[in-house]
Amino acid sequence: MSATTTHEFSDATRDESSLRRFLHGLPGVDAVGLEQRSAGLATRSIKKSSKRWAIDTAISMVDLTTLEGADTPGKVRSLCAKARHPAPATPRVAAVCVYPDMVATAAQEVAGTGVEVASVATAFPSGRSSLRIKIADTEYAVEAGATEIDMVIDRGAFLAGRYGQVFDEIRTIKAACGDTHLKVILETGELATYDNVRRASWLALLAGGDFIKTSTGKVSPAATLPVTNLMLQAVRDWHAATGQHRGVKPAGGIRTTKDAIRHLVAVHEVAGPDWLTPKLFRFGASSLLNDLLMQRQTQLSGHYSGPDYVTVD
Amino acid sequence: MTWEYDPAPESRAIANLKPTYRPFVDGEFVDGTGEPLKSVNPATEEVLAEVGTAGPTDVDKAVKAARRAYDKVWGRMPGSERAKYIFRIARMIAERARELAVLETLDNGKPIKESRDTDVPTASAHFFYHAGWADKLEYAGYGPDPRPLGVAGQVIPWNFPLLMAAWKIAPALACGNTVVLKPAETTPLTALVLAEIIQQAELPPGVVNIVPGAGDVGAELVNHPGVAKVAFTGSTEVGKLIQGSLAGTGKKLTLELGGKAANIVFDDAPLDQAVEGIVNGIFFNQGHVCCAGSRLLVQESIADELLDRLHERVATLRVGDPMDKNTDVGAINSRDQLSKIRELVTSGEQEGAQRWTSPCPLPEKGFFFAPTVFANVTQSMRIAREEIFGPVLSVLTFRTPDEALAKANNTPYGLSAGVWTEKGSRILWMADRLRAGVVWANTFNRFDPAAPFGGYQESGFGREGGRTGLEAYLDV
Amino acid sequence: MSDRVTVSKTYKLFVGGAFPRSESGRTYPVSDSRGRFLANAAQASRKDLREAVVAARGAFGKWSGATAYNRGQVLYRVAELLEGRREQFAAEVAAGEGAPSRRAQSIVDAAIDRWVWYAGWTDKLATVLGAANPVAGPYFSFSVPEPTGVVGVLAPPDSSLLGLVSVLAPVLAVGATAVVVASEDRPLPAITLAEVLATSDVPGGVVNLLTGHTAELAPWLAAHADVNALDLAGAPVEQRAELERAAAGTVTRVLRVGRGEPDWTTGPDIGRLRALVETKTVWHPMGV
Repeated sequence: MSATTTHEFSDATRDESSLRRFLHGLPGVDAVGLEQRSAGLATRSIKKSSKRWAIDTAISMVDLTTLEGADTPGKVRSLCAKARHPAPATPRVAAVCVYPDMVATAAQEVAGTGVEVASVATAFPSGRSSLRIKIADTEYAVEAGATEIDMVIDRGAFLAGRYGQVFDEIRTIKAACGDTHLKVILETGELATYDNVRRASWLALLAGGDFIKTSTGKVSPAATLPVTNLMLQAVRDWHAATGQHRGVKPAGGIRTTKDAIRHLVAVHEVAGPDWLTPKLFRFGASSLLNDLLMQRQTQLSGHYSGPDYVTVD
Repeated sequence: MTWEYDPAPESRAIANLKPTYRPFVDGEFVDGTGEPLKSVNPATEEVLAEVGTAGPTDVDKAVKAARRAYDKVWGRMPGSERAKYIFRIARMIAERARELAVLETLDNGKPIKESRDTDVPTASAHFFYHAGWADKLEYAGYGPDPRPLGVAGQVIPWNFPLLMAAWKIAPALACGNTVVLKPAETTPLTALVLAEIIQQAELPPGVVNIVPGAGDVGAELVNHPGVAKVAFTGSTEVGKLIQGSLAGTGKKLTLELGGKAANIVFDDAPLDQAVEGIVNGIFFNQGHVCCAGSRLLVQESIADELLDRLHERVATLRVGDPMDKNTDVGAINSRDQLSKIRELVTSGEQEGAQRWTSPCPLPEKGFFFAPTVFANVTQSMRIAREEIFGPVLSVLTFRTPDEALAKANNTPYGLSAGVWTEKGSRILWMADRLRAGVVWANTFNRFDPAAPFGGYQESGFGREGGRTGLEAYLDV
Repeated sequence: MSDRVTVSKTYKLFVGGAFPRSESGRTYPVSDSRGRFLANAAQASRKDLREAVVAARGAFGKWSGATAYNRGQVLYRVAELLEGRREQFAAEVAAGEGAPSRRAQSIVDAAIDRWVWYAGWTDKLATVLGAANPVAGPYFSFSVPEPTGVVGVLAPPDSSLLGLVSVLAPVLAVGATAVVVASEDRPLPAITLAEVLATSDVPGGVVNLLTGHTAELAPWLAAHADVNALDLAGAPVEQRAELERAAAGTVTRVLRVGRGEPDWTTGPDIGRLRALVETKTVWHPMGV
């Protein structure tokens, strides 16, 4: 995927005022309509083989995450073990997601398994530091073996209307990432309006983010179905305009299989079947995986499972 | 990888389908003297049940029973007591919501998600809302002691069978009238289950009577001299016949008739929601909606983009088994209606409009029609002027607000309209000038018992819902 | 007794703010209550009626779009002008209706007061008939009364001024426009009223007044597709059903009026206003 701005939008990103004009020229979002559509999608009834497929697909899309002050190499190792083999005969998850100082441990644990190592960076979760520190944070994670970087945008700058600053920062981090996959966390819970979410999504896409991600998981509300829906519209529209596929990652707050499947329905019906792959859709989650595993057991055995039948890691 | 949703059918058993249904007269289910009709599931073409119909003598009995009930009980009962009966009906509909939804879907062909999420809950809400009016009529603005009219003869259509029954019966009872209602001949079942609920709610015999049958029964009913008030929802054609036949009788009449609503999208609209609103406006209930947004008026500068988005979205609509919880568009209600839709669609092609039809697969049996969008439609084409009452959208373009307004209003109908723009002052300017009884701005097809609904011009007169709706059932 | 010969008035139609003769060239004699000749009145034809509907439709946009406050002032102005012509109207009513002069005087007073009553209604109607609808969802929904359009009025046959004002003023108050067929036998106060309207601030075409044979004009009025509502107060009883049937052809609203002419001197109520409006409900989502 190209890190450079595509030709169609080169005018839009020429300077701060063109960027503002472009972002404010995007169609508005009617909150009630968006939420109504999302509620409609949530009524889809996914049963039997389509449910089993959805559960396995969801498992393969999980960025299994631990982002705690109390994280230790032991905790990370156990997380990685779960990521490689969530349960017998299940697909592996897409990635583990950790703080930069845990990247080396994680990289070692998942080497050769196909599980990616994602690291949060850029003064996660607040993003309140200097650009110099943010670059260093990113480089540190990349050098330690991160194959994916989950950066946060400067919400303060965004809300103050300094779009150029946010844009440049993403571009700079993208450059620091090199070939490393970049996910841009918008922290939608702090953006306050759907219009802002749409603008921030486009800003991140214009700046070269490979993925747009809803949240850090540290702010409530985190991922909601309407927000995911809206971000899926953005990558769909981006694809229509440029031919490029970009990804979406809801993170935080998705804890149940039911929720995950609702998101997959949105992926399927809003962005389209192309996006039903870990390359283009991820769940940032920790407890979700166990619920998926439990529901998977239920689907296979025909009776309900319980928490003692999945591992606590 | 393609992800196919497995069938998720609602259970047919929940409908408690009975082999026969009978007219409800004077508190009892009776054998009608009319020729029984067979109600068909339009999704499978199978016969669901045999339904007894009312002959002229049954209509006469029903009207007389309603009159007796009016004179002796209901017309004299304190409003506070009437209210409690109506509240009971609201609650009992809610209790049997799932059964009613499944039965409605079987009989009508509408998707179960619509009967479950819209028809039945809104029907219950209508009774609940109007129950509260029964003892507060003196505050409704019709004078200190507004009086009911007597027996209301009501004739309803097949597109929202239970909901239309609720729209008719609830305000009539709240105002102190008694009712003889004729459900549509292709969809009589839920009204007869409602009769059962009314019986279980212990309404005095004769307060509500349900007389199934075809148009002849409707004519018999509205022309019965014992009827003081007629309410009709249905086609403009039949509405005119009824208005004509009531001429000089002094009966109070309200009509809720057809429409050809314009859904107007400006270039600054919230596009994704506008697409949803357009889809909802014309494909909700297979387009069998009098207020359907059947004419899309889109500003030229965004017409191509909007049409692309619309095609993409419409292609995701799942058409098929109405009982499947994932079905978005169900069956056309009858073979007759299907031929009418086909005939108008053919006229659209012949008149030079550009047809696009969703590539969705259709079931082999049953009455189905794939969602269809006509582009390059002009005002003079039949598909821009006549009510299709099916999942067929006609797309026209405009350049200025004045042009949009002129085209929107250029119809003998005037039931509803939609406006999509982020500019508040433009919404209000348009809403002020659109000659339509309901204007949905940045939304479409919203209904509520507290919000008056009804048309201008040939879309009928009188309102249903809200304080305004009470007028239809009061002697004012 | 003066030697001077009076200048008598030619009574004409009132259409689109002008006073044309009937295109048919017809007139008919009008007598007083004792059968003495008073004047020749124009006998309108169906073509005159057609022109009147065109004028009423043409005036509808501006009149319905005027502010309620403005309409109220215009109606009040009519009352002011009537007050100035009180004696003239009293004389015409006395002659036409055979009322003693004191009674004629009080009829005219009541007619003036009726304009004042309706003038005050224009900017209350939306408050009284409209509503904010408490719908169960994140929407702001409101309902407002709007004028129904062009209203065809058959004025009462007996009460040539007060009856006329009682059916005409509500049409104007709601913002609708009118095509009125005046009392056939007592048309003169109607034409004099038209002269008042022409010199008041009522825009041309808002009121169009025809004189002639009611039974001849009424079916054309009732069946006219561009007439939105009918007040059949003055319809010949035997023609009533036929007119209602004709109205059904385009779902024209027909006001519910009782049989026989009511006592117009009793106070009016909101009924006519309510019957002449359409309720429009507007919805908009509420969200950020």
